[in-house]
Amino acid sequence: MIQLEKRLAPSKRAQYLNPFLAVALTMVAGGLMFAVLGKDPLAAIRLIFFDPIFSEQFGSYSRPQLLIKSAPLILIAVGLAIGFRAGIWNIGAEGQYIIGALCGAGVALAFYPMEGWFIFPLMVVAGALGGFLWAMIPAILKTRFNTNEILVSLLLVYVAEKLLAGMALGLLRNPDVAGFPGSRDLRRYESAHNADLIANTGMHWGVVAAMIAVILAYVMMTRHSLGYQVRLAGQAPRAARFAGVSPTRLVVVCFGIAGVLAGLAGMFEVSGPSGQVRIDFASGYGFTAIIVAFLGRLNPIGIVLAGLLLGLTYIGGELSQMMLQLPGAAIQVFQGMLLFFLLALDFQTNYRLKLTKGARA
Amino acid sequence: MTLKTILGAATALGLALAAPAFAQDQTKVGFIYVGPIGDHGWSYTHDQGRLAVEAEFGDAVETTYVETVAEGPDAERVMTQMALGGADIIFATSFGYGPEMNNVAERFPDIKFEHATGYIQEQPNVALYNARFYEGRAVIGHIAGKMNESNKVGYIASFPIPEVIMGINAAYLAAKAVNPDVEFSIIWAYSWYDPAQEAAAAEALIEQGADIIMQHTDSTAPLTVAQDAGVMGFGQASDMSGFAPEAHLTGIVDVWAPYYIERVQAVMDGTWEPVNVWHGIDEGMVGFAPFNDKIPAELVAEAEGMIAAIADGSYHPFTGPINRQDGTPWLAEGEVADDGTLLGMDFYVEGITSEIPN
Repeated sequence: MIQLEKRLAPSKRAQYLNPFLAVALTMVAGGLMFAVLGKDPLAAIRLIFFDPIFSEQFGSYSRPQLLIKSAPLILIAVGLAIGFRAGIWNIGAEGQYIIGALCGAGVALAFYPMEGWFIFPLMVVAGALGGFLWAMIPAILKTRFNTNEILVSLLLVYVAEKLLAGMALGLLRNPDVAGFPGSRDLRRYESAHNADLIANTGMHWGVVAAMIAVILAYVMMTRHSLGYQVRLAGQAPRAARFAGVSPTRLVVVCFGIAGVLAGLAGMFEVSGPSGQVRIDFASGYGFTAIIVAFLGRLNPIGIVLAGLLLGLTYIGGELSQMMLQLPGAAIQVFQGMLLFFLLALDFQTNYRLKLTKGARA
Repeated sequence: MTLKTILGAATALGLALAAPAFAQDQTKVGFIYVGPIGDHGWSYTHDQGRLAVEAEFGDAVETTYVETVAEGPDAERVMTQMALGGADIIFATSFGYGPEMNNVAERFPDIKFEHATGYIQEQPNVALYNARFYEGRAVIGHIAGKMNESNKVGYIASFPIPEVIMGINAAYLAAKAVNPDVEFSIIWAYSWYDPAQEAAAAEALIEQGADIIMQHTDSTAPLTVAQDAGVMGFGQASDMSGFAPEAHLTGIVDVWAPYYIERVQAVMDGTWEPVNVWHGIDEGMVGFAPFNDKIPAELVAEAEGMIAAIADGSYHPFTGPINRQDGTPWLAEGEVADDGTLLGMDFYVEGITSEIPN
């Protein structure tokens, strides 16, 4: 019979190679799928990975779009990765993202139509605070009542979605357009608009925040004692206790950081690229960021690459739909393959199959 | 071979591979859909319109589409990429694409933009088109009122926007006219297309005693649930009878092809204007799926009479006296609703017991 055996010393090199191998395998398997669908596989893969950046026709537009699409993914994933390293599972970043957006937009709309330099900074604070407080619900419930943070944080996403719908239909609805859901367009409210810092570059404050978050997270994880505690708690929880790491404090800190970053991502999105609080504002960034975090090996630098890669597959996926009429579902399968191959490779790195003779109890 | 020739060859290869989305002398038409074209509902019928454009003009046009595009920044990006890809006219087929379409239209003043069911027309190159689905809702409401035995009609609504509220009101008024005891239970899906959620909503409504299911969402799931439960329902957007032949009474069919052909022709002729049209049964934009054999012959005759009366203008589904839900008068005896009120409808008519989510 076949048995699984944990490898005693999983290869470090494989850990870093696996994401690249996964991308290569996805290209091969995805290419096969595209060929079965009757599309030119090389052209499709070229459109997905190459044209958004290098095509003369589309590049100048889609390069900035890559930043816009990837920045929230990176911002959220950096925060999640810290918790994941410590074995603290915040699955509800999507909810923290929504609440951050609602708080940021709420501040802006409360001041409308007043103009002032202080409005945008206040929105940033409100967005961060909103995400933080929403993340504190599963954190406090875990530390006080030992509830499961995976379930609580995930279920709070659905609560946040209902709140979002309620706000788009009620309190934050644009009073100038009778009967239609959705808030005022913040892109048309100068003091609240998270515009490109340099026109047509896609460089808005959310991109800047993502860069800062990556650097701070990197420094924290490698140089600061908190980063040491996080890593210790993840690798050896018992040892961490003996070393004086407070699990309660760690849960609160990890959820807090992730909540702040997700809330900021939502706030920068609602005041910039999206512009409006609307019922379907949430576009799954909070969930996709989980994939980004793991694809980036829970490492801030890796997350930047993974975030850009996933952003690329979204933008390139749309291009390949438009140019080759690939079905939208095929693009989603393609993105799913990426995670599938990564998990399979990681599994293979950490375990090995062993053939044993006869049945054993 | 020098480095230069290698580089030159590589560049040439690159340029050859980067062939434009469209050849030069054709009229290029782009479509963006909010759902998958396989929804057999809203997006499917728009795509049927696209295929009709291809069939009509042959090699003179080239069409493309992107499906399942979320409203918001994703839609803006897809429309911009279509514009960069050389499109001459772009049809955006969801209510929520409005702000983004106007943003893109401002940046590409030479490209024509057409927004289905929208209301924002800030640029001179944005046209709006919509269908008077409430006319169809009135007809199926009439059939529901007559076929209904439990006096309970279940209604799966998408988003609380005027279009959907108008449909609920039209169906309710027509059902109540033939069955004063009829009650509407309304479930909001907050989605245009979510088969799992639509199915769950249909199950809940049937459990509450509804024996007729109406839907303003795009999947076939509510109909298949209705069929399994032995109750009846109406299709949405396209002829869905194949998915639930027993349960499918009829359905409103969206007929976009004539409009799309007319508008593409206008682009070719250089006569395109930023119109704002609202076509109904009369113009052929609202049609019906075949009537189920279960509907008695006299009821079919009534429905067909109603369709004819709406088409020739002798009957308007919103003809007074009609009160608002709170009992205040809206339309006096014989008064007909004006289009402006209908397009901004944010209230239920008297008799509907639930409330619009707020």
